Amino acid sequence: MLKYVLKRIGYMLVTLFIIATVTFFLMHSIPGDPLGAMANKLPEQAKANYYAKYGLDKPLTEQYGIFMKNLVTKGDLGESLKYPGKSITETLITNSKVSGVNGAFALLFGVSIGIVLGIVAALNKNKWPDYLVMFVAMMGITIPVFVLAAMLQYLFTVKWQLLPTSGWGKPKHMILPIIAMCFGSIATYARYLKANMLDVLGQDYILTAEAKGVSRFNVIKDHVMKNAFLPCITILGGQISGIFTGSFVIEKMFGIPGLGFYYVSSINDRDYTMIIGTTIFAAALFVLAQLLIDIAYTIFDPRIRIK
Amino acid sequence: MATEQNSFASAAEWEDIPAEKFEIIGTDDFSGDIIARPKVGYWADAWRRLKENKIAIVALIVLILLIVMVAVGPALSGYNFEQVDTSAINQRPSAEHWFGTDSLGRDLFARVWQGGRVSIVIGIVGAVVASVIGCIYGGIASYFGGIVDDIMMRVVEVLLSIPYLIIVILISVVTDSKSIGTMMLALTLTGWCGIARLVRGQMLQLKSQEYVLAANALGVSPLKTIMRHMIPNTIGIIIVAITFDIPGYIFSEAFLSYIGLGIQPPNTSWGALASAAQQNFMFYPYQLLFPSLMIALTMLSFTLLGDGLRDALDPKLRK
Repeated sequence: MLKYVLKRIGYMLVTLFIIATVTFFLMHSIPGDPLGAMANKLPEQAKANYYAKYGLDKPLTEQYGIFMKNLVTKGDLGESLKYPGKSITETLITNSKVSGVNGAFALLFGVSIGIVLGIVAALNKNKWPDYLVMFVAMMGITIPVFVLAAMLQYLFTVKWQLLPTSGWGKPKHMILPIIAMCFGSIATYARYLKANMLDVLGQDYILTAEAKGVSRFNVIKDHVMKNAFLPCITILGGQISGIFTGSFVIEKMFGIPGLGFYYVSSINDRDYTMIIGTTIFAAALFVLAQLLIDIAYTIFDPRIRIK
Repeated sequence: MATEQNSFASAAEWEDIPAEKFEIIGTDDFSGDIIARPKVGYWADAWRRLKENKIAIVALIVLILLIVMVAVGPALSGYNFEQVDTSAINQRPSAEHWFGTDSLGRDLFARVWQGGRVSIVIGIVGAVVASVIGCIYGGIASYFGGIVDDIMMRVVEVLLSIPYLIIVILISVVTDSKSIGTMMLALTLTGWCGIARLVRGQMLQLKSQEYVLAANALGVSPLKTIMRHMIPNTIGIIIVAITFDIPGYIFSEAFLSYIGLGIQPPNTSWGALASAAQQNFMFYPYQLLFPSLMIALTMLSFTLLGDGLRDALDPKLRK
């Protein structure tokens, strides 16, 4: 077990190193001045000072060395090009807290509601609750997140005027973004859990339990649930990446100052150092989440427990 | 004892039968083994199964309609999709402009179908390109096995652990040309990894099947085994995977265009149309309705068709 975890952490570090390196060189291979339009307006000396400040006057390999050294030893990702003096690492940590709160709620609601709906659908197979749940799940999978968010904004703010369109800080600001973000998870989990439950219900050990006279409730509770839940951990990884994707659009639409919002705006600003920093940070979070899920899976599922 | 005596007796009996009493009646014609019904091949069988699935057929018809409309739609309304008309901005859907007009007075009917060309082409070409690369990669890994397989699969693992959209965004930022070509590159750069895994898994499973062993034992050449057994048994799951991947690519394109990294004006796509409509959505909701309806309809149809194809093409799911 320990060996497996260590191996996985090793892979994770290699992956992160590759991501950091590739991101760095890709962003520096973009033709044109990294200072962008600002560079044209500045006098020669100021421009040279700017270059020296960001280390852009040094050769690329040396820049890479400095960047990596700062990243590994201090966790320092540098300074924003667009807003001088703004530390990227600090900005990312404040932003990711906002995104984290949103994402955690969306994931929590998405998974729990999805599981409940999946169970309802599986236990009422080919009856109206099943059809209703599967219809909602199909909608959740096919309606793009930005369309759903726009629809929610229209209904709740323009038509019924119940909730604010955008903003951050109060609980009422979080309601619409969380609904929009968790809808996809609800749909995926409902479909997946229903398929799993039906699969488990057809197994021989369920028949055995029923033959022994175990009550329907206890069969579901002890035999079906345990076995149907386990594979759900594996798709949690996909859900987490879905929350990431969702956050790019949702945070921009609802004006939430989170990671996705800053990522999209740094892309629009062509703020290169910020893009590099955010990419590495988001990738690290994602890879870490995947690792935790894989480890959780080996702990919870005795069948694939590693010796 | 009795039977022994009998057999002796019978042997003695037919020695007495004269040779001319025997008649050659010819070899058995195996008439009982002839298959009277026309042979149903794999594809004909799959098609028969698919036809029985009403939902999948409706999805297929919707998709064909969408593709026809995308092909001929831009010419139907009589307006060019780029034609700006300042006297008719932000109009509601009417007899004049069937889907209304946008903030520059462009006819949305023409624009929606023109945008659909980009979205559907990216969806289909993206999924097909990714599958071809994935098949070759997965095929090579499973064929050689051992250390080659190990290294190739580790590479896939590393690529898969990077969030997909981050790669897409990064490549889009770096290439910056925003044409269909670079977008396709960004979308398929790691998009093939899933299929490579799928193909490798299927191939390894097939390799250990009895009929492949039998073919090897009979001295069938590796190439012929691959052509006759491996590929036909993998093609079904690949087609299903492509069908399920297409909505993903359409969504990724829409997402990229939405955050401003996709198709640039004057050209357009469903995602770009939705993004443009988003800005004055509160006042002109119909501008968002049509492109998003098309995205949802296409994604829904491909998903339902994929479900149907999976049931039709996988012999193991047959009841």
